[in-house]
Amino acid sequence: MKLKYFSAPYLVWMVIFILVPLLMIGFFALTDDNGFTLKYISDVGQYANIFVRSIWLSLIATAICLVVAYPVSFILSRMEKHKQGTMLMIVMLPMWMNFLLRTYAWMTLLGNNGIINHLLGLAGLGPYKLINTSGAVVLGMVYNYLPFMILPLYSVMVKIDQSLFEAASDLGCSSGQTLFRVIIPLSVPGITSGVTMVFVPAISTFIISRMLGGGSNLLIGDLIEMQFLGNAYNPHLGAAISLVLMVIILVIMTVMNQFDPDDQVLM
Amino acid sequence: MENIVSLKDIIVEFEEGERILKNISLDIKDKEFVTFLGPSGCGKTTTLRIIAGFLEPTSGDVFFDGKRINGVPPHKRNVNTVFQRYALFPHLNVYENIAFGLRVKNTPEKEIVKRVGEMLELVNLMGFEKRSINRLSGGQQQRVAIARALVNHPKVLLLDEPLGALDLKLRKEMQIELRCIQQELELTFVYVTHDQEEALTMSDSIVVMNNGYIQQIGSPTDIYNEPVNAFVADFIGESNIVNGCMPEDCVVEFTGRRFECVDKGFDPNETVDVVIRPEDVKVIPAEKAKLTGIVESVVFKGVHYEMIVDGVDHKWVIHSTKAEPVGQMIGMTFDPFDIHIMKKTEDSAE
Repeated sequence: MKLKYFSAPYLVWMVIFILVPLLMIGFFALTDDNGFTLKYISDVGQYANIFVRSIWLSLIATAICLVVAYPVSFILSRMEKHKQGTMLMIVMLPMWMNFLLRTYAWMTLLGNNGIINHLLGLAGLGPYKLINTSGAVVLGMVYNYLPFMILPLYSVMVKIDQSLFEAASDLGCSSGQTLFRVIIPLSVPGITSGVTMVFVPAISTFIISRMLGGGSNLLIGDLIEMQFLGNAYNPHLGAAISLVLMVIILVIMTVMNQFDPDDQVLM
Repeated sequence: MENIVSLKDIIVEFEEGERILKNISLDIKDKEFVTFLGPSGCGKTTTLRIIAGFLEPTSGDVFFDGKRINGVPPHKRNVNTVFQRYALFPHLNVYENIAFGLRVKNTPEKEIVKRVGEMLELVNLMGFEKRSINRLSGGQQQRVAIARALVNHPKVLLLDEPLGALDLKLRKEMQIELRCIQQELELTFVYVTHDQEEALTMSDSIVVMNNGYIQQIGSPTDIYNEPVNAFVADFIGESNIVNGCMPEDCVVEFTGRRFECVDKGFDPNETVDVVIRPEDVKVIPAEKAKLTGIVESVVFKGVHYEMIVDGVDHKWVIHSTKAEPVGQMIGMTFDPFDIHIMKKTEDSAE
């Protein structure tokens, strides 16, 4: 019974900082100066191409993160206990640096006169257009959000008993069959939460696309930002776009949940 | 009978230079129930893992059905393992756990249904097909583990202390059940345990191991009645082990007295271990006995009383159906064939 009172501050916190803002977004999205309207929601349709690009780029980034993080997490989880700590710290290390700084560093690396093109030039290649492309945006997403994929995968995999792999091998599985019949099914909870933790921030980012994508790779995040802080000032439209984005994420996460036997996905 | 598994001069050394197995050679006959018995750390599980293929010996050869199988990965060996902690797949139900090995080999669905059904019947788990393995008792998980291994029709089933996690009553039931399954299916079972009673109950042949060496191989009766050294005698059942020497053939001297025995062929006055089973010590009136002692304690053990008797130089453990009062002076005597003489080894009692 007493525990109930301990949760009170969190309930108050959630109401003030989560519930109220959500309701405000809903209110702004569905009203204008004259009252209720669906005008802004229908206006969102004009930006369909930006939505498609955002979803597409963040899906690619999420997929790359998964492919890269999966073997890394697995190797990590099978290392000796004391080495795991050190390796995890190395994985986390870039996150100790400021997000903007990290992304800014990629600008100097990828620039037309940047380090990569300079080195390629020495080898007689290029220069290539690396910055201000959708590839650069995906790279920025992968680089910044990879740890969010590794950590949940690692924490699920480290709990898988080594004897299960031996059992699989004993029952006739080659390494590949062990991967598909035992390791992947048992790491599904890690996959779903990792995908969520990468996809959601990736689809709503605006810094990465601004810095690495130039003007031509606008994402939903940029669009929303423009409605509140930019020249196109229009909080009603901004709120409507946010609302639609939320619905899209909700739908995608519900689909993801279908793959998770335990329904323990972070939402 | 043919040898199904043979180990030749197996040595296993870990990176730190620690030797786990020091020259193991062993033949396992087809359709035999063989038990590796020894204290923890003796190398019995390591030997089992070599047969399963999880571990490659540092040197030595492993033969299966006459063919050398060093380097053959576990999934290509015709053996299956029942793991110590069962290692059942938590994402699959009882049916799918048992069917696992068949699905891997792309067995037709019809045959899977038939064979899994047979196994469920064999281990008495009909009606549990859809159960999640997390909702099974220890004994039921054990049965699933056995069924999951046997469904593949292995030539040899390896069992790594499979009953260790079960309570005593269930363990006894499972011992009998496992033995029945082994005889019904006419399979070779290689069983690892540290429980001497379990080994004696189930096995055709017991391999007693200690310190990475095989101490003795033999039938349960041989191992119990004719232990080759003090370690085996002490590990299998309880024993009184005292230092002695052999002044001449068929005469042994210990605790300062001479006794008649049946062993011969030792060097004159060679120091030996003398092993006498607690149930072989006969209690007689003190005045008629060469060896006497004072009863220190009496514990009722069900079938018999266990008495600790303080004699000269040694506290004797005696099993007898008749209890003597504590503090009483009693006499002890032994039949010549109950006195076992053993050469001293590095594992001898102090």
